[in-house]
Amino acid sequence: MKMQAESTIKQKTVSQLPSHGEIIDFEIKLLIEAIQFRYGYDFSHYAQASLTRRISSCLKKFELGNVSELIPKIIHDVEYFESFLREVSVTVTEMFRDPLVFKVLRDKIFTQLQTYSRINIWHAGCATGEEVYSLAIMLKEEGLLSRSRIYATDFNNHSLAIAEQGIYKAEKIPLFTKNYLLTGGKASFADYYQAKHSHAIMHEELKQHMTFAHHNLIKDQCFAQMHLIICRNVLIYFDRTLQDSVLGLFHQSLVHRGYLLLGDKESLDFSQKKNCFTAIAKEQRIFQKVSYE
Amino acid sequence: MLLMKIAALNNTYKALVIGVSAGGFQALKHILPRFPKNFPLSVIIVQHRGEAVQETSSKDDFLIHHFQQHCQMTVKEAISGEKICKSTIYFAPAKYHLLIEKEESFSLSLEPPVNFSIPSIDVLFESASACYKNCLIGLILTGANSDGSMGLREIHLNNGLTLVQNPATADVDVMPKAAMESHTVDYILPLLEIAPFLCDLMQEEKG
Repeated sequence: MKMQAESTIKQKTVSQLPSHGEIIDFEIKLLIEAIQFRYGYDFSHYAQASLTRRISSCLKKFELGNVSELIPKIIHDVEYFESFLREVSVTVTEMFRDPLVFKVLRDKIFTQLQTYSRINIWHAGCATGEEVYSLAIMLKEEGLLSRSRIYATDFNNHSLAIAEQGIYKAEKIPLFTKNYLLTGGKASFADYYQAKHSHAIMHEELKQHMTFAHHNLIKDQCFAQMHLIICRNVLIYFDRTLQDSVLGLFHQSLVHRGYLLLGDKESLDFSQKKNCFTAIAKEQRIFQKVSYE
Repeated sequence: MLLMKIAALNNTYKALVIGVSAGGFQALKHILPRFPKNFPLSVIIVQHRGEAVQETSSKDDFLIHHFQQHCQMTVKEAISGEKICKSTIYFAPAKYHLLIEKEESFSLSLEPPVNFSIPSIDVLFESASACYKNCLIGLILTGANSDGSMGLREIHLNNGLTLVQNPATADVDVMPKAAMESHTVDYILPLLEIAPFLCDLMQEEKG
């Protein structure tokens, strides 16, 4: 038996041996399978190039030599997995990011939402929550906050905890203020937070209309009928199959003529679901649900 | 010598990735318009833009608009999920990293800047190299930081072809010099010879 095994190994000539890149791809496949088995998170439909990149920077941070070393740690240590999730999820966000988008939301979409007696908004992939507070501020200024409920969800519990606290570094405030004014802000941004030491604590009144919850777009279902869904710069990390399934979930969650806001560079053009939505503001990526599928 | 290498490996180049920073607009003007309409490569470009330029997306449109008017090839901004076509020039959108997936399509990412840059040349080059392997050409032009050096090295390790603009002909020579320090550059070319070199190369391949 042993002899046979050795001869099999010898049969693989140098040119047949997998390259460095192929070995990494194989290791990542094993890692994805391990995570799926152990925690039920399926990373197999993530855009692989950026996922591979984030896993490599994770290795550097954890001071590991290769992807395989990550696998036993993730299988046996839940906390290690949580910190892995934190590393591989991208949480870059700011208040009123792309102010023009928020301005169009305020001017065009909120006027439509006014007709509802109760407004449900789902912020899917809210990261550390900056845009959730941005939204609440605009709803307040347009007189809609009292009848609104914002469901802010993410699969990264660490980010979600930060979002729920609503405490941000004071050094970010000048940028947030500048953005706020560009959205057509009607008051002073300083009206919405309390400065304490080097932090800004967002007002309680805004938080009263928010519900934060863990939700994984890959496996979790819809949970309420929404009038507006905001999901910006999340779909860019998914492959087309997963994008289509998430867009299907959004379509299912939206009321008749409900609105969907995507990220600046996200398009429905290549999606099977493109006929499920019609563009309301193409530049700002605001879409409306059409009822047939 | 080079052409022998190509013939021996039976390479067919599929894509050209270009990294360019300060002084890039002028440099690209000497290259892109000289490619023929049916140039058989996909040309994918990361052009660093200054903070001021990033503020308004209209400047982005300007860059693309200008080259649309002056190039024979199709020119457009890369879109997330889009399949990459040949005979087309793609620019990375401002404020996003541009990556290439194994199935030869684009993806975007908002990860933190790499080498203080988003989009980063290294991010594009490394993912392009993983996809196209030895069918990739990498080119570093004028610029003021060292972004792209690691990516060019990666292309070399995968047996792709690596080109650098001769620093003496560069508006800012830091980026080409940094790329040369990795000792993985196949050709160092004066700015005006880059387009003819690439056109000849693709012509040779055809013949």
